[in-house]
Amino acid sequence: MSGFVGTVVEAWDELRIHKLRVLLALIGVAVAVTAITGVTAIVQMLNQATHETAERQTGRSVTLDISAYPRGASAPSTAQYTAEYDRLVERYGIEHASRQMWTELPFRFPTGSRPVQMQVVDPSYGTIMRLVPEQGRWFTDADTGRYAPAVVVNEAFLDSLGATDLSGHPTVLLGGETPVRTEVIGVYPNMWPEAPPEAYLLFDHYERWATPSTAWGPVAPTLKAWVPPDLAEEMQPLLTRDLRASLPGTDVNVMLPQEGWGAIDGAMRWAALGIGAIALLLGGLGLVNIALVTVRHRIREIGIRRSFGATSGRIFFGVLMESVVATVVAGLVGIVVAVAIIKNLPIERVLGTGVQDMPPFPVSAALVGMACATGVGALAGLIPATVAVRVKVIDAIRY
Amino acid sequence: MSLLELTDVTRSVRLPDDRVLEILRGITLSVDAGEHVSVVGRSGTGKSTLLNILGLLDAPTAGEYVLEGTSVARLSGRARARRRGDDFGFVFQQFNLLPGRTALENVAAPLLYARGRQFWRRTRLAAEMLERVGLGDRLEEKPEKLSGGEQQRVAIARALVRRPRVILADEPTGALDVDTGGEIMELLDEIASESGAALIAITHDLAVAARAQRHYRLADGVLVPIRLNAPGRVTEWVGDVPTDRPDDATAVLA
Repeated sequence: MSGFVGTVVEAWDELRIHKLRVLLALIGVAVAVTAITGVTAIVQMLNQATHETAERQTGRSVTLDISAYPRGASAPSTAQYTAEYDRLVERYGIEHASRQMWTELPFRFPTGSRPVQMQVVDPSYGTIMRLVPEQGRWFTDADTGRYAPAVVVNEAFLDSLGATDLSGHPTVLLGGETPVRTEVIGVYPNMWPEAPPEAYLLFDHYERWATPSTAWGPVAPTLKAWVPPDLAEEMQPLLTRDLRASLPGTDVNVMLPQEGWGAIDGAMRWAALGIGAIALLLGGLGLVNIALVTVRHRIREIGIRRSFGATSGRIFFGVLMESVVATVVAGLVGIVVAVAIIKNLPIERVLGTGVQDMPPFPVSAALVGMACATGVGALAGLIPATVAVRVKVIDAIRY
Repeated sequence: MSLLELTDVTRSVRLPDDRVLEILRGITLSVDAGEHVSVVGRSGTGKSTLLNILGLLDAPTAGEYVLEGTSVARLSGRARARRRGDDFGFVFQQFNLLPGRTALENVAAPLLYARGRQFWRRTRLAAEMLERVGLGDRLEEKPEKLSGGEQQRVAIARALVRRPRVILADEPTGALDVDTGGEIMELLDEIASESGAALIAITHDLAVAARAQRHYRLADGVLVPIRLNAPGRVTEWVGDVPTDRPDDATAVLA
């Protein structure tokens, strides 16, 4: 026990006394660990950002797009669609599902009435499509019960109302046979610079207040169903068969989104590992170099320690431990620096998009970085430790 | 039983041109616990080699070294290192203090290789020993800030902190002026006597050598007992006189 503690104390003393040397030797290792941990974290964030961007288009992984488009002139009623979709959701235990339909409805802006392209959805649509308004909020289940409708609009819509934010609780008249005043509860950014006014309306409000537009063809809502990724493929044919049987005369389609993330993930991970490995290799080489020079300067000291009764094993282990203790400290510094960088990273500016569900700090990458640093420390310590043991005590004392 | 006993010990090395150089020849020496012995001789006569063999830093080429009844040749490298740490304290001419460490850390350094109480109480033991050599107020001073005499005091404290059975002093006053050298030897004698440790001092200074109870002269690898009077003059040879000795022994040592 005292032998091991003594070796660690000795190693720590050595590092304490030769701070500058240690600092120089360890910068490389610390940078390597920062690189491994930091790059892994950034890659994970980039991945997450990419996934989230994709999920805003196709829904969360995996969102099935279920549609039943009428083949002939007679289409099932909205109530029929709703009933069948509700049945599917219940039968297959789907936790998040939303009806969705594109349509066009007239709104009365201060400059006059004009049709607006709408998406008619359920509150779950926001969760499935990762919709987080820039101002205000998305629909909640409580909104379905409100009598007057509410809309979530894009910036262009808000601009058309002559408002810049929601502080004045802007409202707009939804035209049609029975015009109704609609409250704007949320605003999301325009998809592109010159985007026209667009809005989301709850399905229940649509059914209550809107006159279906014939310009968009028969009213045939689709269903977005967020299902567990490992069950998606299995569910696809089952849902298709089920819906085909219950809605005859329609073209039932259950679509799986295209998945291509695996390859991107793998490539990014390999890139991160490659960068980390090169940084670690360079750091390790620097460490070996400085450690070797140092051992040559410490030959006399090693001789003196031998005269104190230090065995060759103890000298070997001591020099090795110096390297290991030093790299562990460097590794910790590297991780702290990586954490500091990650926490203060202007993610939107770096990645070009925000990250809604920030991935947790990659503890595994930090541990891998630490383990690699310690391994490099041990390897880098082997050469000087061997040199130290080969020193002839008598020559060393006189050195 | 003697504390340590060399019998017919030889140490030779092979030179690059394949010749064999005999550094020590037929050394026979016996030292008891608490005894003070001095070995005088010119530079290059093998004094340090003898001390290194005694301190288990080097091994004889031939002959036997028995330490407290155990033949050193039978000890493993690890056991030798352990006995070196447990039984011997070294005092070097150039002090050999560890650079960058304080006096306290230097004295505590050998205790890092000790076990049990000595290991865990190393700082306290080191402070007590520095107090004993009169440096209680310089504990945190680094060697660079100490005078030669003070550095050698630290070295003595370091040599004695593990309570060794034998103190091996290699030219302990070699780097000091006469007065400081005298003070250091006085301290060394005193502390060695207090702790009951044997003191083997190697020196070319006859005055320093004369402080010991028994005196030897090492010339051309051969150890010969001599008697020194107080001012440090050889008064007589004891035992076999080497055949190649000059007629005037004092001339050799001057």
